[in-house]
This record gives sequence, structure tokens and C-alpha cells, in this order.
Amino acid sequence: MFQYIFRRLLSTIPVLFGISLMLFFLLRALPGDPAQVIAGELATQDEVERIRQQLGLDEPVYVQYAKFLSRIVRFDLGTSTRTQYPVTQEIAPRLLNTVILAVAATILACLLGVPAGIVAAVKPYTTMDMVVTALALFGMSMPAFWLGLMLIIIFSVKLKLLPVGGSGGFVYLILPAITLAASLVAVVARNTRSAMMEVLAQDYITTARSKGVQEKMVIIRHGLKNSFIPIITVVGLQFGTMLGGTVLTETVFAWPGLGRLLISSILARDYPVIQGSILIFALLFVLTNLVVDMTYVYFDPKVRYE
Amino acid sequence: MSNHQEKTASTWEGNSQEFGHWKTGSSKFFRNKAACFGGVLIFIFVISSVLAPAFYSKDPNAQDIRHALEPPSLKRPLGTDELGRSILARIIFGGRISLAISVSSVGLALLIGVPFGLVSGYFGGKADFIIQRLTDVMLSFPPFLLALALVSVLGVGLKNTIISVGIAGLPHTIRITRGCVLSIREQVYVEAARAVGTQDHVILFRHILPNVMVPIIVNATLFFGMAIIFAAGLGFLGVGVQPPDPEWGTMLGSGRSLIFAAPHVATFPGIAIFLVVLGFNLLGDGLRDALDPRLGYE
Repeated sequence: MFQYIFRRLLSTIPVLFGISLMLFFLLRALPGDPAQVIAGELATQDEVERIRQQLGLDEPVYVQYAKFLSRIVRFDLGTSTRTQYPVTQEIAPRLLNTVILAVAATILACLLGVPAGIVAAVKPYTTMDMVVTALALFGMSMPAFWLGLMLIIIFSVKLKLLPVGGSGGFVYLILPAITLAASLVAVVARNTRSAMMEVLAQDYITTARSKGVQEKMVIIRHGLKNSFIPIITVVGLQFGTMLGGTVLTETVFAWPGLGRLLISSILARDYPVIQGSILIFALLFVLTNLVVDMTYVYFDPKVRYE
Repeated sequence: MSNHQEKTASTWEGNSQEFGHWKTGSSKFFRNKAACFGGVLIFIFVISSVLAPAFYSKDPNAQDIRHALEPPSLKRPLGTDELGRSILARIIFGGRISLAISVSSVGLALLIGVPFGLVSGYFGGKADFIIQRLTDVMLSFPPFLLALALVSVLGVGLKNTIISVGIAGLPHTIRITRGCVLSIREQVYVEAARAVGTQDHVILFRHILPNVMVPIIVNATLFFGMAIIFAAGLGFLGVGVQPPDPEWGTMLGSGRSLIFAAPHVATFPGIAIFLVVLGFNLLGDGLRDALDPRLGYE
């Protein structure tokens, strides 16, 4: 088991290395002189020089990369060219908001998606199953930012029940969480359904039923527990996709998270903050996948002995 | 669609694909009502996009401030936007942009992804290692963020939207192609071809490529929908296709500030995106169910 965990941890190192390379070249890939591009066309020669020095662009590439790496390891992500604050200071409070939103959406998606998938799998090809399948397909096809706007129009503008946007308390979280969860609910429901259907067709389910085990127990103890691996995998993978979606949802609801910081930095060409935010998003994604793989150890005893 | 097991695109990886199911597949596809509905949606989308200039002679970007923000009426079925432009006309012309973006970005992902996947899966060794580590890195970014990161470097506009969305779809295309190649490489007919001294490139293009086409096509169909949502997302954030061009996401973005005064401006472009993406998803699901030999034939 420890060997498995250790190997899995080791395998993330090349990925992290790759991410750092990609982020490093993100800035260098700018057409023309990056310092000039960042400073803008109207900048004076002094300003361009200052940015060049601030970003260390006047040194050889390998020195720049080595410095970049050593800074990242120390969690020094540089200084925002827009606000002159350290990037970490810009990111930290927003990261928390994004994590709150993403976790709320994931919980919501599991609470709705897993039962819906089970109902569909237990009574396949019935009206109930068809409704779940159709709703799941709708959820997957709907652009989240549009759904967000529609929810605002219905619940904030027409019914005046919930705030249009911003942050402050639980009520501010409701609409963004629903918006972000929509496509995840769909994916979770679909995958729960197919995983459960596969498990319910197994011989041990027939055995359990013939032993006279209550149907509720068959479904939960024998069925659901064995469907957990594909469900967890898909939730983990989708968590990453959802992180990408936070950029849009946060923009719709003016939620002060990392996604909104990223987009405002892109529009302001604030490259240190762009680099930092994307790095954090990638780290979160890699970390989630790692955690998902670790949970296998719990749910699948086979992994422990490999 | 509901009477078949669902599978995520990733389960294609590593499964053996047989060629020659097209005929049985097509009859199976046409019996699937949901898939046919998806096909109809896409047909309408493509036809209206292609023929748009034929039945609407005015410029969809032409402003008419006197009729700004009119709600839907008989004369202007979907109402007008803040500059008095017909939203219906802009949605139909926007379809041309969405069609162009999805075709080009999916094409780009296939053009680069399939050869890399073929080489990676067939030859293995160092090439495989390098290509797989590169895809690992690309896969460690949420796909939409990858597109966004690329746009932040390349800049806004139609061309850069296509490149970014195409590259965001690249790692999955490589993985799926490679996964299929890995299993087909071990088939007897490939071994036979190799035994009689057939050259590698002939084996790759004549024996392997046709047999990995099914999962690639299914995946591409689903990717069409994703490309449209991604491009619309970029447009909505203001870093995609720029106004006044009527891209659906860009239209939604400008309608966002009007949700109090004129909610219809943001509503209709979203419905257009939804219907087209739904069409591609239904079509992709239907194709997968019809062409996946592992599901068997009733």
C-alpha cells in the first residue's frame, strides 16, 4: 500500500516540472518583447526597463528558469505589475473563496447526482430513468454562464429572493453553487447510473438477493459500495474541469475568487498574477487527482496488495 | 439513448475496435430517436449557418438605435439588442462563427492529435514517453483554463480562439488515439502485415488508422459541442471573438449588463448554444451506441 502511495507521489514530480516549464514559457511566448508588451505601447523606456528587471528578463533563459523554479518552491510568485502587491497576497483570499464555491458545488452535485443515478439504475428504462437521463443531458449541454444569468433573472430580478451577486454569506453562495454544480450533477448522475447498472448485473448481487437480503441493503451495501470507484474517479476528474468553470461562474456572480482574478489579470495583461493563478489552479487539479487515487486504497482492497 | 449503457469517452482507451460495423451501426443509429433528433438539430444549425446570407440580405451588425432593446414581437421575433440589431439575425449569423470555430478547432485537434497518437501508440519507446509526458502536462490543466492561458498569450480574436480551443482538445485526442492503437497493434492482421514485411507507414495508414476511426469520430462529435461552449465562454469573458461580430458567447456577455432592463438579450443566444451543444451530444451518444461493437447487437 505504501509502495503504491509512494509511486503515485513520485509520478506527480515530472508533471509538476512540466507545469513549471509551461508557465515559464507562457511569459516568454508573448510575441515581441515581453517587457514592452506588458508595459503597453504607451510606456516610457524607463518603465519598460523597470518591468524587464522586475521580471528578470535581462538574464539568460536558463538562469531565468532556475530563478523562477527556486522562487516557486519558496512560494514567491513575484509582484503584480498592476497593483505592485505580492502575487501570493493577491491570490490567497481569492483562493479560499474559489475553494468554498467549488466544494459547495461538488457536495451539491453528489447529493443530487448520486441518488438520481441510483434511481435510474435500479429501475432502468422506466419514465424515471428517462427523466434522469434527459435532465443529465440537458445539464451537460447548458453553458453554465447562461444558466447563471437565467437564475439571476428568475430568482434575483423577478422573484427578488436571492442577491444578484457578490459575497458575504450563505445566501450569496446559493446561485453560484447551483450554476457551477449543474454540469457536474449531470455527469455524476450518468456515471452513477452506468456504474450501478454494471454492478447490479453481477452474480454477487443475485446471490445477495437469493439469500433474502433486503433490497435496500442490496442496493446500498452491495451495489453502491462497489460502484464508488468509478463515481469517485469521475467526481475527481470533473472537479478539475469545474475549476476551469469557476472563471465563468465567478464572473457571472461577481464572486471574488481566483477565476475572476485570473480573467481580470488577463484583461490587464498582469502576467505575474496570470502565471500565479494558473499555477494554483494546476496544483489544485493535480492534488485532487492525487487524493482520488489515494481513496482507491480505501475503496478497492486490490490496490493495497499490488 | 437511454436503452444503452453509457460510457465516458475515456473508456474507449485500450479497447479493441473492429472495423466493418458501419452498416449494422447505421441502422441502429436511425432506430435511436434521440440521436436522430440530435442529427436534426445539427442539420438545422449547419443549413441556417451556410444559407444565412441568402435569406437575410441586411448586415447583422448594422445598428438601428431607434429600435434598441425591443422585446420579442411578430416583426422582430427575438427582439433587438442595445444597438437595435435583430437578435434573430445575429444568432443565425453567429451560427456561422460557431460553426467555423468548431470545425476548425476540432480539425486542428485531429490534425495534430491523431498523428501524435498513432506514433505514440504504434512505435512506443522514447517517442511515446515524450508525447505522453507532454499530454500529462496538458492534462494537468483544466481544459477551459488551458484555452484561457493560451488566449492570454496569443491575444483575443477569432483565429486565436480557434487555436486555443483546438489545443485544449489536443491531449484527449492523443490519448484516445493512442489507446486504440495500443490494442489494434496486437491484432493478428497487423502481425501478419508486419510478418510479410509491410512498411510501418503502410501498416499505420492502411491497417491501423481505419480501425481507430470509430472512437475518433465519436469523440470528435462530442468535442464539437465542447468547442462551441469553450468558444462561447471565451467570448463571454471578453477574450474570445470581439464585438461587433455576433458570436453567441460575446452576445451573451454584452447582454449580461442588461438583465434588468432587457433579459431577452442574454436569453436567446444561450438557448442557441444549448440546442446546438445538445444536438452534438445526442449525436455523439447515438454514434457511440451504434458503432461501439462491444455493446453487441440486439
